[in-house]
Amino acid sequence: MTPTAKAFLLHGGLVLALVAGHFILPEYHQGNLARIMALAVYAMGYNVLFGYSGLLSLGHAMFFSAGMYGMGLSVQHLGFGAGPAFVCGILAGVVLATAVGVLALRTTGVAFMIVTLMFSQAVFLTILYFTPWTRGDEGFVIQPVDRMLFGIDLSDATYRYFAALVLFAIVMLATSRLIQAPFGRVLIAIRENEERTRMLGYDVYRHKLGAVILSGTISAVSGAAYGLLFGYVGASFASVQYSILPLLWVLLGGAGTIVGPFLGTLFMFYLIDLTSSITTAYMLLAGAALVLLTLFAPEGLAGSFRRRLAPWLP
Amino acid sequence: MDFGPYLFLASLEGAVTAAVLALTAAGLSLVFGIMRVVNVAHGEFFMLGAVIAWWVASLAGGHPAVGFVLALVIAPLIVAAIAALADFLVLKRVQYDPERTIVATIGLLYIIQQTVLMTYGPEARPVEAPFNHRIYFPWFGYSTYKFFVIGAAIALLLGLWLVMTRTRLGIVLRATQLDRETALAFAIPVERVYALTFGLGAGLAALGAVLVVPIQQAHYLMGGDPLLLSFIVVIIGGLGSLAGTVVAAVLIGMSDGIISVFFSPTLAKIIATLAVALVLVFRPQGLFGKAAR
Repeated sequence: MTPTAKAFLLHGGLVLALVAGHFILPEYHQGNLARIMALAVYAMGYNVLFGYSGLLSLGHAMFFSAGMYGMGLSVQHLGFGAGPAFVCGILAGVVLATAVGVLALRTTGVAFMIVTLMFSQAVFLTILYFTPWTRGDEGFVIQPVDRMLFGIDLSDATYRYFAALVLFAIVMLATSRLIQAPFGRVLIAIRENEERTRMLGYDVYRHKLGAVILSGTISAVSGAAYGLLFGYVGASFASVQYSILPLLWVLLGGAGTIVGPFLGTLFMFYLIDLTSSITTAYMLLAGAALVLLTLFAPEGLAGSFRRRLAPWLP
Repeated sequence: MDFGPYLFLASLEGAVTAAVLALTAAGLSLVFGIMRVVNVAHGEFFMLGAVIAWWVASLAGGHPAVGFVLALVIAPLIVAAIAALADFLVLKRVQYDPERTIVATIGLLYIIQQTVLMTYGPEARPVEAPFNHRIYFPWFGYSTYKFFVIGAAIALLLGLWLVMTRTRLGIVLRATQLDRETALAFAIPVERVYALTFGLGAGLAALGAVLVVPIQQAHYLMGGDPLLLSFIVVIIGGLGSLAGTVVAAVLIGMSDGIISVFFSPTLAKIIATLAVALVLVFRPQGLFGKAAR
């Protein structure tokens, strides 16, 4: 079997397994899986920048929350329906990602990490500053009436599960196409050796900017979808914690792999779900996971799997 | 009150903020200068200093000054030991790779913060000031303890400067900062110097926290603001330059005190974070730093 066929089988199998999950799993886990799939989209967006382009951002919560608030505020204050509001969320993500990309890409390495962290912090504080409109920390609820998309009620558990699954499958397909396309190959080349890529005549800056915009947009899609599917928009989604989580998911699952972000999100979500029933200090686990991963398994789950057993894994 | 006294009060508050900030940021700057890594867990070492100070003071009993003086000695030592241990267990093993170190110190941040939440709890607890006289200005009274904080910070920073410029240890530290390889060739135990530096940086943050804890209560989330402000100070002052750090701390601390009296603190923070991001983008060597070699 060719590597492409194997990859196709793997991704198709994952989607089929998730479809089957709806009919096999208890209701509680279906709800969890819907959240995991929506958040895995965020992780895949992060992976485009971190895993494939080698740029470590500490501020992706700003893109996630741009999508979420672009959607939520247009529902709340402009009276938009779910469809147009979703588009507004994505547009907010594109605009923010372009602006941040143009500025932050003038720096590299540690400075890039701090600049993205600072911009994200500024977005978080801006949401708090405009509390009369955004309701700040408390957040606001998107009513079920406003969550009808093409006549489908997204507040219904079954439709919600499948909406999350469709979005997840589309983004997974898109990212796996992306890394096979010339644009994605250049991104990987930049990750491996930026100087050599420049020597070969590629415009490194434009490719990196494209990666930031794409990654930010996918994150915004996830944020807007998460708000629509679960009916809540709040400032906590813009906090530093939500910038660290996608990094953790991608590191755990395997940076630079297609299924890694989903695996990482799945594992971490259930780990936190289990520990938070025991203690309020569940972020301790996230911290310990980050330290242990950097020390012992920088490749993550899918990365180790690729090295040991399956060199074809995309 | 008229505008004048308001400004006077704001500058006094700003000077206290600046004093504590200078100590904390000097620690961060030292670690960055010598080890070339960014310590995201720096704010948590600050918090740990305050929490241990509360613990020591509540165990000591007797006159508040006894507990405070004990805390001033013990808390930084414990925090420095924890930091040196973290350096030995974690940072050394990732070979001080800048990006992996940041991810690892984010992990440390959550480990320290959440461990304190589990043991110390979510309450904010005060430490009593060692003395509590008030000076009466024509318009308002002001605690002398706050003047002590300013004085103590100046003395400690002078001490740090003397150590760096006048002692053998200072030479070793500066040699390692200038050129790690050559220092190693001259039989400087670079690994031990790194552990020491990381401990010293965390200890400075803890010292700042012990000084501030009689004014501001000890709480498990109190590390966020010092971390952000220290970042701002270190970046504005030029990464790794100690003199620049102190100048920037005074600038940021004073303006933070004055701005937050007149404007919403959230707006002040938004402006500050955006400003520091733009400084990094357009003038990465800092406002006072020299261009990169």
